[in-house]
Amino acid sequence: MLNYILKRIILLAPILLLVSLITFSILYIIPGDPAETILTGPGGAADPKAVEEFRVKMGLDRPLHIQYLKWLNNVLHGNFGYSYMTEQPVLDPILPAFRATLKLAVASMILSLLISIPVGIISAIKQYSLIDNLSMTGALLGVSMPNFWQGLLLILLFAVYLGWFPVAGYGENGDFEHLVLPAITLGTSSAAITTRLMRSSMLETIRQDYIQAARAKGLSERVVIGKHALKNALIPVVTVAGLNFGYLLDGSVVVETIFAWPGIGKLMVGSIYMRDYPMIQGCILFVALVYVAVNLVVDILYTFLDPRIRYETKAKAK
Amino acid sequence: MKQKQKQNSELADFVSQFRENRTALVGAAVILLLVLVAIFAPQLAPHNPIKASLGDRLSAPSEKYPLGTDHLGRCVLSRLLYGARISLAVGVVVVGVAAAVGVALGIISGFYGGVLDEIIMRLVDAMLAFPSIFLALAIAGTLGPGLGNVMIAIIVVEWTRYARVMRGSILSVKENYYVEAARALGASDFYVVTRHILPNAIAPIIVVATLGMAPVILAATSLSFLGLGVQPPTPEWGMMLNDGRLFMRRAPHLTTFPGVAIMITILAFNLLGDGLRDALDPRARTEKELR
Repeated sequence: MLNYILKRIILLAPILLLVSLITFSILYIIPGDPAETILTGPGGAADPKAVEEFRVKMGLDRPLHIQYLKWLNNVLHGNFGYSYMTEQPVLDPILPAFRATLKLAVASMILSLLISIPVGIISAIKQYSLIDNLSMTGALLGVSMPNFWQGLLLILLFAVYLGWFPVAGYGENGDFEHLVLPAITLGTSSAAITTRLMRSSMLETIRQDYIQAARAKGLSERVVIGKHALKNALIPVVTVAGLNFGYLLDGSVVVETIFAWPGIGKLMVGSIYMRDYPMIQGCILFVALVYVAVNLVVDILYTFLDPRIRYETKAKAK
Repeated sequence: MKQKQKQNSELADFVSQFRENRTALVGAAVILLLVLVAIFAPQLAPHNPIKASLGDRLSAPSEKYPLGTDHLGRCVLSRLLYGARISLAVGVVVVGVAAAVGVALGIISGFYGGVLDEIIMRLVDAMLAFPSIFLALAIAGTLGPGLGNVMIAIIVVEWTRYARVMRGSILSVKENYYVEAARALGASDFYVVTRHILPNAIAPIIVVATLGMAPVILAATSLSFLGLGVQPPTPEWGMMLNDGRLFMRRAPHLTTFPGVAIMITILAFNLLGDGLRDALDPRARTEKELR
């Protein structure tokens, strides 16, 4: 087991190196010279002397590979660079922003599972019934509805017309009131995907022989579905939990912007408007690292949940 | 001769499968309608989509303006009709280029294997390590606002899915006897790939490309919503929603209609893509027959 985890981590090394290279090269796709682009304000061209000073200060005058190695070295020491705007380390705003995003993502994921697991199960055991057709239509609409539009409609209905929830904002440290609408926006669209998955996984499971056997033993339908089928049907749902997390991170970009939720998506959009390139780099690198870590954890968790995988890797090792 | 017959029956099988699937047909019909709307937007639009008439600003749907007007008094219906051009064009171009790049790299990866395969596949893994909208946003944001930059950013993110699928198909087709036979007859790599491997590996790519339209259009409208895509006054659905946000209370039609347009488009591509996948995937087919 430990071997498996170690192997997975070692396999990650080249990918992480490429991730860092991609992140670093973001700065070099700026059309023209970064220093000039950044210092050129609405008033017109930048002062050449200021541009030169800025270049030296930010290390942009060094050869490319030196810049990369220096940047990588800094990243490995927990220094993701300095904001062009505030000249403070970019991690200073990234960490609290990520905490806000995580809060939203966790709330959305809980909501998503609360909807998708029961609805998926009922749809599967009552296949082609009215409930199944309704929930599958709902899931299809949910998949096809853009997050940002759903968010706007929720604001329109529940904040503008009914006044039940605040239009946007974070309130006192992201309280429940402010969390509800963005979490519903993200959670329901993620639920649309998970419900379909839960349904098809359950459909496949209840056709297995051991389910027949459990029925033949005279177990009640409740026990057969709730105990025998559910455990196995949940495995694919856990497998895609990592992907689902990426989906929630992606969704956070527009949802946080609409609801003025001070998370990493909003920070990223803001730093694009400000052309704060180190902050953009810091955000995507941080998000990618978190995403990779989550997927690693999910993979490891998966081997715990499904002993078949464990045996397979053991057999391969021999 | 026998081979030919078999191919025909496979095609017939596919067509009948597809026709049986009502929802996919609906999807295809809606897409056809959207394409017609995009082509004939100038004939269909009741007003000039970019001409402001400040006297009529933020008016509710009426006889003159069937879907109302925006904050500059522009006709929302006309803008929606013209907006279909942008969204469909972005979808087709991005999916086309991403698929071409992905297919080419997938072929190299699957056909030659070795170091090239290793490099390309590790690059794919690295791209997939980023949540896709974040990466597209970073690229589009750094390149600067503009529709072209948004398209480049989404292509950079999207090619990976085609490369993976293509590589997988090549690996399974490569082992067939007919490939070995062609090689034994002295066929060049290029000939083997284009004549024997590609035709047999392309079906999954078509499914992936159809299913790939929805996320591409969604990503493009999202980036436009954030102000990175098309620049005013060109009508684009995502940007229209963003413009309407500020007038939510006074003109709720601005936050509803463009969203409906986006959703219908995405829904149509999802229906068609699901239908194609079911029709081309023999496993899904037998499952259906079992029921």
